[in-house]
Amino acid sequence: MQPFTIHAGVVAALDRANVDTDQIIPKQFLKRIERTGFGRFLFFDWRFLSDGTPDPRFDLNKPEMAGATILLARRNFGCGSSREHAPWALADYGFRAVIAPSFADIFHSNCFQNGMLPVTLSEDAVDELFQRAAACSREGRPLRLSIDLESGVVQVPEAEAAGRPFRHTFATDPFRRDCLLRGLDAIALSLAHADRIAAWERSHGIGAPPAPSRP
Amino acid sequence: MPAPRTLLDKIWDEHVVCAPPGELPLLYIDRHLVHEVTSPQAFEGLRIAGRGVRRPEATFATPDHNVPTTDRRLPIADLISRQQIDTLRANCREFGVRLFDLDDADQGIVHVIGPELGITQPGMTIVCGDSHTATHGALGALAFGIGTSEVEHVLATQTLRQAKPRSLELRVEGRLGPGVTAKDLILHLIGRLSTEGGTGFVIEYTGSCIRALRMEERMTVCNMSIEAGARAGMIAPDAVTFDYLRGRDHAPRDFDAAVARWERLPSDPGAAYERVEVFDAAAIVPQVTWGTNPAQVVGVDGRVPDPTTFADPFERDSGVRALAYMGLTGGTPIVDIPVDRVFIGSCTNSRIEDLREAARTVRGHRVASRVRAMVVPGSGRVKRQAEAEGLDRVFLDAGFEWREAGCSMCLGMNPDTLAPGERCASTSNRNFEGRQGKGGRTHLVSPAMAAAAAVAGTFVDVRQWHDHA
Repeated sequence: MQPFTIHAGVVAALDRANVDTDQIIPKQFLKRIERTGFGRFLFFDWRFLSDGTPDPRFDLNKPEMAGATILLARRNFGCGSSREHAPWALADYGFRAVIAPSFADIFHSNCFQNGMLPVTLSEDAVDELFQRAAACSREGRPLRLSIDLESGVVQVPEAEAAGRPFRHTFATDPFRRDCLLRGLDAIALSLAHADRIAAWERSHGIGAPPAPSRP
Repeated sequence: MPAPRTLLDKIWDEHVVCAPPGELPLLYIDRHLVHEVTSPQAFEGLRIAGRGVRRPEATFATPDHNVPTTDRRLPIADLISRQQIDTLRANCREFGVRLFDLDDADQGIVHVIGPELGITQPGMTIVCGDSHTATHGALGALAFGIGTSEVEHVLATQTLRQAKPRSLELRVEGRLGPGVTAKDLILHLIGRLSTEGGTGFVIEYTGSCIRALRMEERMTVCNMSIEAGARAGMIAPDAVTFDYLRGRDHAPRDFDAAVARWERLPSDPGAAYERVEVFDAAAIVPQVTWGTNPAQVVGVDGRVPDPTTFADPFERDSGVRALAYMGLTGGTPIVDIPVDRVFIGSCTNSRIEDLREAARTVRGHRVASRVRAMVVPGSGRVKRQAEAEGLDRVFLDAGFEWREAGCSMCLGMNPDTLAPGERCASTSNRNFEGRQGKGGRTHLVSPAMAAAAAVAGTFVDVRQWHDHA
């Protein structure tokens, strides 16, 4: 997994609450059997007009949000289906982090499996970011942020804050953070406890099948 | 004396394999259900890493999301769908996983066949790469949806990394009125909780109303826990649960010994939940969603709300957007909304009791000329049972289509979809934009409400159905 340590990038501001995974990646694109290639289908029904051209009204299609790597959204982002195709599509499009006041549980854990950082900030802090993004938009320039996972800090880089600093801290489960910082293989970490798993199985009358169905 | 524990505490404690310092606990998983959409990348991951499936005998697979519900003898026309199903077949063969394939008499929606075959049992931990896995909690299991990386993790280790969720008791006292169903109950609760009110929690549904529900009704309730944000919902096992499971194919051989174990699962008197909400069943009326998330719901005797009056700015914005998408105007009585399509099916409402409820409503009627209506049973078994009872004739005579088992128009991954602008009364679980087809407009309702709408061509209050009929 790609580690996440410090990331600086352009913000795409999607001013909607309850963005569900059916919007992030509509069901007609779930038939692929690979993990890659979902980026071009991200937010498909919002992003493209019926003739297949980009809808200029949709936030991600605004020129100042081109090349964005940080997605900003309102509360309950990623609700609905468990489809990991949602973080796959976000990552494939180029996003490394999503900032919102709250996330749906399954989406939240799916992010960590894919080197993508969900950052939970207060409603007020998120609101301020939306206002800054709107101000940047009016001036036709991008809003940039930097996110430091180890210290748990989101900020507008000093030079750009121009007398109006933005600096907020966020919390991440220490184990998830460690896995993300180091890009660890979750399965290998768990298999390090294989003896404990086998002991649990024995104590529950589950015959040791340790010859797995495939070596 | 040990502290009193909840149902969740007991299942959780039993399944923690280890909780090493600095790591999240490893939770043992008893049953893993697999379908064609969220598993191919997981099996591929195993292959790349040279790993196997730790307990193939605890893993069960079936194609359901993307299967056609028409004649099963014909090849699947959609080549990409066919490839996904062929991939599931090949993976199950390679890794030794039991597959209920399309030609298997027991094929069906994964959350219908798990309980029906007795694979789902009280006290178990059950996962599936699908957010409606909460359904299995109706039998007193801790069951929740996971992503594909976690599917791979469970295949390889039979465990999951999990922080213990918080507990939320939703206590529903009293009786549901005539014509008011488990679907109305859960839609009402979601409306009260909001789509994120249950985030971070496992819901335990308790109270006299819940105890009085049949097994299928309990599954409908637990199924939609995720629509309130809760990853799992559960109901303590009791005589209803044990009677349902007795004699099922995968039920324990020494059933009485299992019952003795299961009887210890319900929450101890005095066990503390982190949050408790109490509801009155008698106050609930048949529900209809008006918007594009399941919490945007109102009683059938009500009107489409005017979201510009909502206090919360996000609810206001999302309500305005929803009405524009749904082609509705605030203030319109729900019973004045016409429907074009009716879908009876999905892991929420495709079990035999659901089909009986719908058939009772349509018996002796015809589907309105403007409406196209279909019934999609949840499994091969449900279909055969319904046919043995003559329910298929009731539906066919009324002008419904009678299909093969699958997820079908709940998410429209197969050819069963809405056309843009079409309005559907649906017994499924999500009314998100585009869920049933791009531009399609979904109203979530109970099977009886869907059946009545098919006949009337508009929503009707099923409590007056027999006067109406």
